[in-house]
Amino acid sequence: MADNIKVTIDNITIDVAPGTTILEAARQIGGEVAPPTMCYYSKLKGSGGKCRTCLVEVSKGSEKDPRPMPKLVASCRTGVMDGMEVKSMTSDKVIDARKGVTEFLLLNHPLDCPVCDQAGECHLQDLSYENGSADTRFEFERRTFEPEDIGPNIQLHMNRCIMCFRCVFTADQLTNTREHGILDRGDHARISTCISKALDNEFIGNVIDVCPVGALTDKTFRFKNRVWFTKPVDAHRDCPTCSGKARLWMRGEEVFRVTARKDEWGEVEEWICNTCRFETKDAKDWVVEGPTKVNRHSVISQGHYAGKVGTAKQPVLIDKVIGKQPKLTFDIHSESEVNKPNIHLSQIEGPAHSDDFNTPG
Amino acid sequence: MQLTKRAVNVDRSPMTLGEKIYLPAIAKGLKITMGHIFKKKATVSYPEQTRPFSPVFRGLHVLNRDEQGREKCTACGLCALACPAEAITMEAAERKKGEEHLYREEKYAARYEINMLRCIFCGYCEEACPKDAVYLSETIMPSNYSRDYFIYKKEDLLITEEQMKKRAATGKG
Repeated sequence: MADNIKVTIDNITIDVAPGTTILEAARQIGGEVAPPTMCYYSKLKGSGGKCRTCLVEVSKGSEKDPRPMPKLVASCRTGVMDGMEVKSMTSDKVIDARKGVTEFLLLNHPLDCPVCDQAGECHLQDLSYENGSADTRFEFERRTFEPEDIGPNIQLHMNRCIMCFRCVFTADQLTNTREHGILDRGDHARISTCISKALDNEFIGNVIDVCPVGALTDKTFRFKNRVWFTKPVDAHRDCPTCSGKARLWMRGEEVFRVTARKDEWGEVEEWICNTCRFETKDAKDWVVEGPTKVNRHSVISQGHYAGKVGTAKQPVLIDKVIGKQPKLTFDIHSESEVNKPNIHLSQIEGPAHSDDFNTPG
Repeated sequence: MQLTKRAVNVDRSPMTLGEKIYLPAIAKGLKITMGHIFKKKATVSYPEQTRPFSPVFRGLHVLNRDEQGREKCTACGLCALACPAEAITMEAAERKKGEEHLYREEKYAARYEINMLRCIFCGYCEEACPKDAVYLSETIMPSNYSRDYFIYKKEDLLITEEQMKKRAATGKG
């Protein structure tokens, strides 16, 4: 193997193996140097080059040819050269380009975040929060698609799709049969299952995790709760199909959602199977390892305490002091209809409907 | 130790004759009393009379409807997230076919509760709402003897048809 080569990104020099892309080198440095990505996925072959959010400026091509590259380049598809100098967040051109790309990605996006289940862990939300402008200059009707049912477990919202192709690569590469692809072209292009065929593949649930927006969401979790009101814990189970390492999104003792574990770049660490994801929603089936570390700037970390909180010695309860249970003057469940102890929303298949709430329980 | 310079030492010297007969002190006190009789009263006879509200007064919550009478709330949870007192809870449901006249979006709050015992009327929920669904009205929170009265359900918060009609007629409310 050839010697490592030097590349300087935002004035930070790093040694990387030849053939590394600028984006991977920037991720090795980490932090804000790494450009945002919407379509690139390091675990999927052929991904990247579509969304243009990872554009960077190459101010020095290489040691041998120090001319700067004439245009901004997509860092996920450009390999590093020895002595290359790259500007990512230090370049005004790049910041401006990201703002423009964000505006393009949001052109047809319905901005239905209050309804969308992805809100709170959506990469497009993060991107537009960091790089977008508050208004759109688009004066036309947003492009819309007819709602399409693609099976009992996955909900497709084509209007929210940004055409990153990640789900297509996932369906292609994780499994042998391809059931899901892109129909039509250009502005009309859409993700579909071709002849509305149900996706019954054992690993197809992973398209939910790779989707950077809310176009593909978990139907078994649909509208059950908001992401930031559930608490993520890492857990595992003996699974004959997959590694069984997953992340549970719990509320109290209830498992509302199961996803794969994601790393700091929002990429799945290990793919999990449909049985783990959609059908194992009982806390007893899982061995909980501990709470997931959530970035403290994320909305998901609200109200979740990690570290030494809760490990302190518990004070003596009043029950012990007076030798009996204290008399409650008011039990909230006697009046409140929300979070009824005998109703488990997580057990309902698919989203709750009006009849789920009208039945006395 | 002296904390402020305003402390005054109590005069313990024996009273003079003028102080002993108390009459000047009584006259001084009565002067203050008489003075208050002719001043403007500090109280109003509520409920016949009410004090003017501050334009930013924050009272009881209402859940708004749109022009067609459909519920605006989509149970996005941002009010509950913003609430510093954790007074708001909700459960969401998916709109079925045939319920389009009831709910504006495909997701709606099947249950929505505000625990008024917890609420501090800060108005953050109103500020957080992306759908202009929750508002703090100019109604003062009524008092009651029992606690269960203070759990306000969605039916208690939603604006009624009467209020909708009044709004259509007067452009207010």
